[in-house]
Amino acid sequence: MATDAPKDAHGAADAAHAAESAGMPQLDFATYGNQIFWLVIALVAIFLILSRVALPRIASVLAERQGAITKDLAAAEELKQQAVEAEEAYNKALADAKAEAAKIVAETKAEIQAELDEATAKADAEIAAKAAESEKAIAVIREGAKDSIAAVAKDTAAEIVSALGQNADEAALAAAIDAQLKG
Amino acid sequence: MASDAHGDEGGLVFHPMDQFIVKPLFGGGTDVGLFTITNVTLWMALAVVAVFALLVVGTKSRAMIPSRGQSIAEMAYLFIYKMVEDVAGKDAVKFFPYIMTLFMFIVMANFLGLLPMSFTTTSHFAVTAVLALAVFLTVTITGFVLHGAKFLGLFWVSSAPLPLRPILAIIELISYFVRPVSHCIRLAGNIMAGHAVIKVFAGFAAIAAVSPLAIVAITAMYGLEVLVAFIQAYVFTILTCVYLHDALHPSH
Repeated sequence: MATDAPKDAHGAADAAHAAESAGMPQLDFATYGNQIFWLVIALVAIFLILSRVALPRIASVLAERQGAITKDLAAAEELKQQAVEAEEAYNKALADAKAEAAKIVAETKAEIQAELDEATAKADAEIAAKAAESEKAIAVIREGAKDSIAAVAKDTAAEIVSALGQNADEAALAAAIDAQLKG
Repeated sequence: MASDAHGDEGGLVFHPMDQFIVKPLFGGGTDVGLFTITNVTLWMALAVVAVFALLVVGTKSRAMIPSRGQSIAEMAYLFIYKMVEDVAGKDAVKFFPYIMTLFMFIVMANFLGLLPMSFTTTSHFAVTAVLALAVFLTVTITGFVLHGAKFLGLFWVSSAPLPLRPILAIIELISYFVRPVSHCIRLAGNIMAGHAVIKVFAGFAAIAAVSPLAIVAITAMYGLEVLVAFIQAYVFTILTCVYLHDALHPSH
């Protein structure tokens, strides 16, 4: 019995095969109604699954992800903008500081120059005053020396004249010496 | 299997088309009524389950960083969405769920058909003809609803010289009505041929001398069939988009 049943099944399959072997099972129109019936059910089922659940869900996931990416990109752009602004502020501060420093340097330089000029002028004036004073003193001394020379010359001339045995005329001597000194 | 009964002689036994026989799952008879639960029912139900598993169960977590399953689901979604948008035009996006349904059914049925001992529903003209006719009717009705009689301008090649236009119109008309036929036979024919060839090689594998070669050939054919399974689903879908583009923008 156990072996008969498969044999019978084979026999049935053989019979079916003999009936269909003339052509392709695809052209067995008896099965068309059945296939089309189940196909329509399968397609409607897939369509309902897709349009009700799957496609809206996937679309929302994709939109969400796109939104997140856009948001992150915007945030990154903003941060980049901030960084650029910070750099600009830093550069500006640096430039300001540099300008300030340059200004201070220039001011200090000008101050020092002014002080220096003043000091130089003062020193020049002092030197000039001192020089004038010295010149005056020298002139006095020179005058004094001239007078002394004249006196010494007069005395010496009088001595020399008396040594030669003559009485010297004071006035004549003075005139002669003056003439000599001037010449 | 019928081939087992014939195989006892050890000779060459080819029944490459037996795999396509529609038979009832229960009861053991061979009569197939309209509502009989057959292997067609089983494998179509599995296709529905596979679509559900990939697109609904796979995306259950709605993760910002997708898991593998969710990545595949999103990839499939974007693949078809971009195709509809690029090929059929931006205004065809409202047809996207229908086209996605076609693509998912065909691709799942094709891949399920590659499982050993399985039944390939898309190898039957009854199935592909319904799919192709659905596309044909959708395209034709959409064309007439949107453009009325102007849709007939599709057949009137206004860029051709006037004397040629009637001849071209006849050719265009014929090609328009041949579309569903080629659309249907291309899919079923490709899938059926590949599976039948694998079965033929499997028959050769019974002969010891050539069985290594036959097994290598089966392996190679199987790899090719994996490609064909996807490419035929892709071709069917992209042609649907092309036809839809004609319906939405009928001018040449």
